[in-house]
Amino acid sequence: MTTIEPAPVIAPQRQSRGFADGLRDALPKIVLAPSFAVILVFVYGFILWTVYLSFTTSRILPVYKWGGFDAYYRLWGQPNWYVAMQNLAIFGVLYIGICIAIGLFLAILMDQRIRAEGVLRPIFLYPMALSFVVTGTAWKWFLNPGLGLEHTMQNLGWTSFKFDWLVNPNMAIYTVVIAGVWQASGFVMAMFLAGLRGIDGEIVKAAQIDGASTVAIYRRIIIPLLRPVFLSAFIVLAHMAIKSYDLVIALTGGGPGNATELPSTFMYSYTFTRNQMNVGSASAVMMLMGITAIIVPYLYSELRERKQ
Amino acid sequence: MSAGNETVSAGQANAARYFIYAALIVLAVVYLLPLYVMLSTSLKSLDEIRGGDMLALPKAPSISAWVKAWGEACIGVSCVGIKGYFWNSIKMVIPAVLISTLLGALNGYVLTKWRFPGHKIIFGMMLFACFIPFQAVLIPMARLLGLMGLSNSTTGLVMVHVIYGLGFTTLFFRNYYEAFPDELVKAAMIDGAGFFRIFWRILLPTSGPIIVVTIIYQFTNIWNDFLFGVSFAGGEASPMTVALNNLVSSSTGVKEYNVDMAAAIFAALPTLFVYVVAGRYFVRGLMAGAVKG
Repeated sequence: MTTIEPAPVIAPQRQSRGFADGLRDALPKIVLAPSFAVILVFVYGFILWTVYLSFTTSRILPVYKWGGFDAYYRLWGQPNWYVAMQNLAIFGVLYIGICIAIGLFLAILMDQRIRAEGVLRPIFLYPMALSFVVTGTAWKWFLNPGLGLEHTMQNLGWTSFKFDWLVNPNMAIYTVVIAGVWQASGFVMAMFLAGLRGIDGEIVKAAQIDGASTVAIYRRIIIPLLRPVFLSAFIVLAHMAIKSYDLVIALTGGGPGNATELPSTFMYSYTFTRNQMNVGSASAVMMLMGITAIIVPYLYSELRERKQ
Repeated sequence: MSAGNETVSAGQANAARYFIYAALIVLAVVYLLPLYVMLSTSLKSLDEIRGGDMLALPKAPSISAWVKAWGEACIGVSCVGIKGYFWNSIKMVIPAVLISTLLGALNGYVLTKWRFPGHKIIFGMMLFACFIPFQAVLIPMARLLGLMGLSNSTTGLVMVHVIYGLGFTTLFFRNYYEAFPDELVKAAMIDGAGFFRIFWRILLPTSGPIIVVTIIYQFTNIWNDFLFGVSFAGGEASPMTVALNNLVSSSTGVKEYNVDMAAAIFAALPTLFVYVVAGRYFVRGLMAGAVKG
């Protein structure tokens, strides 16, 4: 893409360039400036502020007394933080893995010249329009031991059926995975479907003429061609997993006990209810570093590609 | 593209098609089940919920739980239902969406048609802002809103949503205007049209689709936000999502599952409505937010 020359080159040259001309030249920058300034202050400035707070002795309110790495020592000395990290690992791996698996499976099924595609697509995608709080509320009721799924299965005659994951500290994190997958897998399907529709049919036809089976075509040709979609889906889901907060709050409240604590819930409770603002800030910095490690290389490569 | 294979016998092909349809229908039912259960639970009486089956249709459908959720349910200490919070969300979402969309359009216009040295870095920095975990700005923002006297106010939330939505709206418009032919803009410049005139007369009239995509994306995100709402606006000024969570997680009194579900439906209605009437644009927004290219 060629850049546009600034206006004065095209505007007829006058004898002297007055204030009005200068203003006109600067207008685009003046229009952009407030937004950029806002981002600079409220995103980057605030991040620096948070980083600074993590090196202070702040408790209930921000104070600016230097505390060195104390907050980080305390953060990594908290059993709770390890629970949060472990849960994020379990949740992240399963959430991303299952969403991609189901999304790809659905997309491949939907791509077989399905008659009711227009009906099915919105059904798989609508959860994405819901708030995580609504999703959490719905699944909390759906998985309610006693009245929900367990009760229904017992009514159907499977009297020994037990499903108490929501209140079982060892299993509660998996209910977050289930609800999360329900919400996001349709979106992953849409991404894969767009990818599938973009594949050149000629390559597939050639393989068919060579006698390749459908399974082989998918495994050897189509799925490898979808690599960019896998990457995008991974980035989006990883980013959503690290930021997940509302879903856990609405579904389990971080419990039972601290069984579904995630870094996001940890940050909130240490900052706003447990009065250890420096430790909360330190955990926020950790989250930021995690996301930066995923996003920056991705954005960098995306922006570079566009240049060519 | 589709992978039908001519060498497979007709019987096998039929079996495969049955399998595909069966799998899709089963999965569709699974995806719809939570919505169905929400809806049917909200129409049942508490006795029926306790004694009956979650999947059963309501025996005597009644909207009394809906009425109660809207106007009488207790959130915290006040028992006036969720209607006030619903309006809070409306009052928050409309200005926030309009302002962030307008600014995004102008930013996208500058970043594609009035480029200057460093435009790439500026765009990169705005783009990264879309992805930061908001936990990293939560404490300073709470502090600032407090200093400005905007804690627990809808105005404060509007400001927050505009700021943290700017990255996305700029991204949408920038990518859209990138594809707009520069020649037309140049021709207009030669004819003496100025910055705003070109935007207003040439770019904006062709921006319909991206405006719809951006508005829907922002509307859904802001309406569904919970973290900012719970951090910056407690009590009376809470948005709908926060009120819903308070209602559902309150442990006092009898647990009224039907009222909880009705409230959840109220919280879901606006975004579901948008999804139903403009699903195509909704998906495009999601994709544009996900796949940068």
